[in-house]
Amino acid sequence: MVMKQTPSQTVGPYFAYGLTAQQYHYPHSQYADGCLVTDQTQGERIRIVGRVLDGHGDVVDDAMIEIWQANAAGRFDHPNDAREARPLDPAFKGFGRFGTGTTPDNSFRFDTIKPGAIRDGVAPFISVIVFGRGIMNHAYTRLYFSDETTANAADPVLEKVPADRRNTLIATRNDTATGVEYRFDIRMQGDNETVFFDF
Amino acid sequence: MSKFTPRDWASHPSYLSPEYKSSRLRGVSRNLVEIDPELAELTGPAFGEEVLGPLDNDLTRNGRVNGEPLGERIIVTGRVLDENGDPVPNTLVEVWQANAAGRYVHIRDQHDAPLDPNFLGAGRCVTDENGEYRFMTIKPGAYPWGNHPNAWRPNHIHFSLFGPTIATRLVTQMYFPGDPLLDLDPIYQSVPAQSRERLVSQFSIDVTEENYALGYVFDIVLRGVNATPVEA
Ligand SMILES: [Fe+3]
Repeated sequence: MVMKQTPSQTVGPYFAYGLTAQQYHYPHSQYADGCLVTDQTQGERIRIVGRVLDGHGDVVDDAMIEIWQANAAGRFDHPNDAREARPLDPAFKGFGRFGTGTTPDNSFRFDTIKPGAIRDGVAPFISVIVFGRGIMNHAYTRLYFSDETTANAADPVLEKVPADRRNTLIATRNDTATGVEYRFDIRMQGDNETVFFDF
Repeated sequence: MSKFTPRDWASHPSYLSPEYKSSRLRGVSRNLVEIDPELAELTGPAFGEEVLGPLDNDLTRNGRVNGEPLGERIIVTGRVLDENGDPVPNTLVEVWQANAAGRYVHIRDQHDAPLDPNFLGAGRCVTDENGEYRFMTIKPGAYPWGNHPNAWRPNHIHFSLFGPTIATRLVTQMYFPGDPLLDLDPIYQSVPAQSRERLVSQFSIDVTEENYALGYVFDIVLRGVNATPVEA
């Protein structure tokens, strides 16, 4: 190693017009937002809704969430995933970004598809990155699905998580009038603190 | 599976840095669970020039309504490298900052300093094949905040970078050399002492453009990633 990593710093309270400008109605574009799908995207449409909660259980209204996921076939749209047997979907990139300051309850919301399992023996999941004022280093977590009980029970990453904390990674499925919704609250601290990963 | 360097916790702040009040209830308090990176961590959104608008890297122009923004024009440039010293090409760099008076366009910024109708304070660019990026902007002003009595943030520009995969993601802040507020700023001070200076840009007369703008150099180092394709 000849160079040392540049230290992380909080995203601060004022990221909205820089990173999520259209969502917050500032006159600047943004690369990615809460909608990962088009009419052409393959796979089961789902909505992910959640809130970021602080150590007092109060809702964090200036957090930013990013998600990264495989497509319905379990393939990532990235050169490091060259597995031809799992087709790319030209209508799905797999990246989303949403700030918690524009919805009435300060939730984050993603319209996406349920990812396929990325290989045999692992449960489907979505990678989640949490940023916010007061969060010095972005925090990595994973969203698993409550209706994948069998696959979750055999998943090697969930296995690494202490059994009494696994529930913090499971999004709860609700079948609503407007489609399938998974609820995924992120607790930064407290009794039910979300499991965050280092890798 | 590819190897890449871990997050170097001797370089990064602690999640709980009590002098910075907001971290007390928001910082991760339990140990991180270590996992072996797999495809999900060794991939990420791949950006290219196609996401850029023509003025995205010129903050002195991309917010103009009826004239030029006020303040000291500066050029901010540098290289994005990994820990091996290899350039990180074609990666998105997003920036945002206060105007010359220390005021953000953000609706929640209530600092009693003027907004500049011709300055938005947000921009982005993509690194070239040598990992170089370059912005034209206005030197941001210091601003007060409520962390403690008479608290002022040093002049800074916020940076967000991806690198090749989600594992290399970095959000940070660039500071200016010789700023007396650095010693008093709990956010800057949250970084381990031996690593702080990596957040301070350097003045460069070579980057400075005669009769036009001062130049600052800020190199950014991401985790080293082995780009070899991985087997699932
Ligand atoms: Fe700031």
